[in-house]
Amino acid sequence: MTHIKLPRRSTFIIPFNILHHSLSPMQTANTYNYKVVRQFAVMTVIWGIVGMLVGVIIAAQLIWPDLTAGISWLSYGRLRPLHTNAVIFAFGGSALFATSYYVVQRTCQVRLLSDGLAAFTFWGWQVVILLAAVTLPLGITSGKEYAELEWPIDILITVVWVSYAIVFFGTIAKRKTPHIYVANWFYGAFILTVALLHLVNSAAMPASFWKSYSAYAGVQDAMIQWWYGHNAVGFFLTAGFLGIMYYFVPKQADRPVYSYRLSVVHFWALIFTYMWAGPHHLHYTALPDWTQSLGMLFSLILLAPSWGGMINGIMTLSGAWHKLRDDPILKFLIVSLSFYGMSTFEGPMMSIKTVNALSHYTDWTIGHVHSGALGWVAFISIGSIYYLLPRLFGREQMHSVKAISLHFWIATIGVVLYIAAMWIAGVMQGLMWRAINADGTLTYTFVESVKATYPYYMIRLLGGVLFFAGMLIMLWNMLKTIGAGKAYDAPIPELAPDHSAHGGSTAAPAAQGA
Amino acid sequence: MSDFTSDFWGLFVAAATLVSIVGCGVLLWTQTTKRPPTGVKAELHGNVWDGDLQEYNNPLPRWWMWLFYITIVFSLLYLVFYPGLGSFAGKSGWSSAAAYQAEMKAAEAQYGPIFNQFAGMDLAQVAKDPKARAMGERLFQNHCAQCHGADAGGAIGFPNLRDNDWLYGSDPAIIKTSIAEGRNGIMPPLGEAVGGEPGIAQVTHYVRSLSSLPHDASLAKEGATKFALCAACHGADAKGNPAMGAPNLTDGVWLYSSSEASIAESIRLGRNNRMPGQKEFLGEAKVHLLAAYVYSLSEKK
Repeated sequence: MTHIKLPRRSTFIIPFNILHHSLSPMQTANTYNYKVVRQFAVMTVIWGIVGMLVGVIIAAQLIWPDLTAGISWLSYGRLRPLHTNAVIFAFGGSALFATSYYVVQRTCQVRLLSDGLAAFTFWGWQVVILLAAVTLPLGITSGKEYAELEWPIDILITVVWVSYAIVFFGTIAKRKTPHIYVANWFYGAFILTVALLHLVNSAAMPASFWKSYSAYAGVQDAMIQWWYGHNAVGFFLTAGFLGIMYYFVPKQADRPVYSYRLSVVHFWALIFTYMWAGPHHLHYTALPDWTQSLGMLFSLILLAPSWGGMINGIMTLSGAWHKLRDDPILKFLIVSLSFYGMSTFEGPMMSIKTVNALSHYTDWTIGHVHSGALGWVAFISIGSIYYLLPRLFGREQMHSVKAISLHFWIATIGVVLYIAAMWIAGVMQGLMWRAINADGTLTYTFVESVKATYPYYMIRLLGGVLFFAGMLIMLWNMLKTIGAGKAYDAPIPELAPDHSAHGGSTAAPAAQGA
Repeated sequence: MSDFTSDFWGLFVAAATLVSIVGCGVLLWTQTTKRPPTGVKAELHGNVWDGDLQEYNNPLPRWWMWLFYITIVFSLLYLVFYPGLGSFAGKSGWSSAAAYQAEMKAAEAQYGPIFNQFAGMDLAQVAKDPKARAMGERLFQNHCAQCHGADAGGAIGFPNLRDNDWLYGSDPAIIKTSIAEGRNGIMPPLGEAVGGEPGIAQVTHYVRSLSSLPHDASLAKEGATKFALCAACHGADAKGNPAMGAPNLTDGVWLYSSSEASIAESIRLGRNNRMPGQKEFLGEAKVHLLAAYVYSLSEKK
């Protein structure tokens, strides 16, 4: 056996010894479990880079179809689900695990219910991701969008998810604070609903170890698929990230949340209404008219509940707008809410049947998704991870605040280029496809619309490369921060006697109440 | 409407929908509070989490509430006029199927005559009309180019339409039948019948010898004796049989390439080539124009 000595503080190797330092039982009783938060926070950045790199590759393949030389497991059809799974479930999922474990402990003022089960969710989730990274390029897929993983992996997901629910809700059950903080409502709704969505949509009959067939057929299969697909957006990518918003925005802004009442109304309206919106993915198909109408109407009703979250986040900053100027983390958080507001306005508009007749099947949809996925989900994840890293590694702040600022601007330019290019391309495609000659024949063949899209594919690729470059800056900043830091587990403070009563504590901001 | 297996489900959907939409309004209504007088700031809600997390209890923003109410009222009105409440079809009588039929009917009324003007004409004559050819080309680019190529030059497995070589014959009426009804060209697998891999190699070399491609003469000689099996379709002289679409093997035109590997694969596994019929989708008049256009492609030479 050869022993390879690694430099103790290499900037290129994550010092895993820091992630795994152990504590005596006496210490763990009085500290929060930051270990699992550290693990998920670091993997958020790693998986973000992996997922976005695959995104950049497939964006390039749309311009240069022969880019990967015909190697089947690098073909567009196999890498595209790898991209979506990696960014949604590996990057987004890790961000949700990291932040929810952090938030639920700190707002309940107790350590996680079980360190062992929490560690299982971390390693289990990583195994799921690795299995996805192997099976999808091999062409092993159930063929269901955003739920491509085959049944053995689906079962592992279920086991990990139930463990997650036990840890999360168990921690809430043993909380020391009298009330459940609003961020936890959203995390809770996200965990419960994703369990339901996953179980119903993934129901399948296995034909072999790596092949199964959906339990549903025809248009019902399509409807279940998009009930799942839209709620994956609504709960995984929205409710969960609103949980992040409700903790990290008031924390970073050092201001109270704008309105408790608004949070109540928009929470219930949002989680209730999202459930109905899926059929708008199937306008002008074999889906019955009544189902299409309901999908459209509930999508329109969803506008106000969605904006409730944006208003509550942005208005939290009211009176402290100057903080935006020199706090790049707050920039990430607040700009994410602007993109959230834009996407949740655009979504209901696109669900209107006549608008959908133009937008459906075009790159407009891709632009819409990425204004949400990059502008909202990635921005708020990035902001919250920048908030967490120094706190998890015993530092005052990130190694370079300037680098956060640079990341912010590169990423913002990247998103804007991406979505503007796809909007223009999408509307152009929609108009080209419906243009007709005087004799009623189509003016353009499909391939002409593909040719016309090339310039916009180039701009999109540029936007994607910029966004990806921002993640590399984040990786560097993270490694520097970890390298100079030491794993830190914050002590659990005693519950101040006056916390549950009216009147506020010394920690509360200067009395602005009546 | 036959979307429901029984009346119950229609009523169930209608009730669930109405309760849900109205429920959103009720939620909003019950959570409406008086605005604090101007100049007075909202109260803090009282609870503190994690040291300093607090919430103001500002009332719901007015404009936001109006937005919410408007979407609710719009939805209820929409459901009066359009299908949505279970099996209730809506007062307007609109349905996507009826809308489609109406649009197709209007299109037929507007564009039908433009195509019908050529319907009675002889195909060879239509092929000479530049306006008809232009219309035919537009149809071709949208309905045929996907397989046969934008230049009609074909691809492996998809016939070249401009080389004046016709699997089913060069008569324009036959071309029209191919377009209208489609074709299904089947060659059975003959690997076993010709004696496995050695036999396949022999027949392959014989077939290559027919169009003077490089071949092994002794293998070809063996293959010639086995060609009787193939002659049933391709003819003893290997010049093919248009009646069943069996290709001429002597003319240097290859549907699946002339490589040894490709010919051997055809013999080993057979071929099953299918062109879908277009009559049902495009209608007689457009098929007529397309046939004339395709005919004109080879006539130009």
